[in-house]
Amino acid sequence: MRRLMRADPKGVLTGVHSLNGNQACVEGALAAGCRFLAAYPIVPAIEAWEWFLERAKDVGATFIQMEDEISALAAVLGASWTGKRSMTITSGPGFSLMMEHLGLAVMLETPCVIVDVQRVGPSIGTPDRPAQGDMMQARWGSHGDYEIIALSPSSPQEMFDFTIKAFNLSERYRVPVMVMADREVAHRKEEVVIPPPSEIMVEPRRYYRGAKSRYLPFKRDRDFVPPMVDIGDGYRFHVTGLTHDDRGYPIMTEECQEYNVHPLVRKIRRYVDEIVQVQEADTEDAEVVIISYGAPSRAALKAMGEARRSGVKVGSLKLVTVWPFPDKRVAELAKKVKAFVVPEMNYGQMVLEVERCSHGRANVVFVPYEEKGFEDDLLSAIRKVCQEKKVREGIIQYHG
Amino acid sequence: MGVKMAEIRFAGYGGQGIIRSGIIVGKAAAIYDNKFATMNQSFGPEARGGACSSQLVLSESKVLYPYVTVSDVLVAMSQAGYEKFEPELSEEGLLLIDEDLVKPKPPRGRIKVFSIPATRFAEELGNRIIANVVMLGFFTAVTKLVSKEGMEKAVADSVPKRFVKLNLEAFNRGYHYKR
Repeated sequence: MRRLMRADPKGVLTGVHSLNGNQACVEGALAAGCRFLAAYPIVPAIEAWEWFLERAKDVGATFIQMEDEISALAAVLGASWTGKRSMTITSGPGFSLMMEHLGLAVMLETPCVIVDVQRVGPSIGTPDRPAQGDMMQARWGSHGDYEIIALSPSSPQEMFDFTIKAFNLSERYRVPVMVMADREVAHRKEEVVIPPPSEIMVEPRRYYRGAKSRYLPFKRDRDFVPPMVDIGDGYRFHVTGLTHDDRGYPIMTEECQEYNVHPLVRKIRRYVDEIVQVQEADTEDAEVVIISYGAPSRAALKAMGEARRSGVKVGSLKLVTVWPFPDKRVAELAKKVKAFVVPEMNYGQMVLEVERCSHGRANVVFVPYEEKGFEDDLLSAIRKVCQEKKVREGIIQYHG
Repeated sequence: MGVKMAEIRFAGYGGQGIIRSGIIVGKAAAIYDNKFATMNQSFGPEARGGACSSQLVLSESKVLYPYVTVSDVLVAMSQAGYEKFEPELSEEGLLLIDEDLVKPKPPRGRIKVFSIPATRFAEELGNRIIANVVMLGFFTAVTKLVSKEGMEKAVADSVPKRFVKLNLEAFNRGYHYKR
């Protein structure tokens, strides 16, 4: 068993608060021990760092406004290597700029958290309009092969809870973890319960304890994750985005490519069952399962309740981790349900994963977001798909 | 499913404290009255003057669906806000307006209209910026959805310390206004 530690009370604002998602995210970060934030201003994420600034004085945290999002993530990586839990928070346009250093974070195996408060795009789009258009970017946005972890909160409370989870996963697997929020969740104000520090469990950083002269920064433990040291503690080593060996020095042979990158993928895939989390409601007897994440999950629960009252057996599967995707669970459900209905605030992203994992055994219906909201469309999609006589090829979209 | 108490819409211009009003009522309900509240906001990119609204769902249990579909209460502080959100108001709803800023049509169905010169009162008290707090006092008295004590606490911890007294005065001015 891995040993978790209790949260540092300094960062924990225990109590019942009325917070928006941005603020709750910051509280989650501080509770998880985050003491460094670098960011560049952007709507709709900016309240987060205003809140961080306010709280940094009490907690003893550092904030730097960088010249852009590229350097913001670079600063986060540097801070993380000094032993500080570090994060950045941004929205679509900034997230795009971060893709270069996201790859660097993966390659340097640097624990850090990146929060993306999604808004519509492409490009600048509309700063204050919510979307879930960056979901595939979160998985594939940086070049090369890698595995990544991303979570998707659906309420201010989950902004708090999932940000803690993100830091824990990030330290456990030495991988950047993304919190894929959206404008709806970030700007919504709701009750947020922050437990006492003794009830918040934090994953400690895994440190190298051996002789200084024998330290190899990328020498892996049996679980493929190398222990770290803090920069400034007197260890001499090199980190680089070039393909490197255990010492961190560039070696650009085919063997070293395999030696370096294979574990980046393996360290996530091997533990996928530990990482993946979903929240299920009424899936045992369900004929139709709504698969949702983020803000639309609330509409999903409402539609589920209404469909149940009208006699249709509907269940809900809400993604906590969007990446890795819960392949196994969706495949299992595909064997017993008639259909999956997937509401998203985009033109169809995670629904592609649902279709992939349903292996042609269940119908997959995509319900895009419309200005009037989801729930009528969800209900009508549920009714229509119940009338399908067989499994149709591809993703079904009834209107729009 | 949640036991819904009310869906409330505040509408006006940026700078009038429309979003803050939603926050204060939500806080009074969720933190001081032990109910559940969810607030969503929308505003334009302008710092002031753009159309602005906040929506609040109050409930006896956890709020599942966080958006206003049919509002029970519409608080309109601008003509544009009134016109945009009046169609969303329930036929048995309550319409609260700043009577100097909104000229309503004859009400539909059994809609009850309550008017108060909130901005004028605020100016009399010395600062137009507290018009929303006058309106919140009026809102508390008319709707009885949140307690006066809860609202006073929520107002007091939502404004800078040196303005607490003025804001509470504004709140009570609205609360005791004869309708």
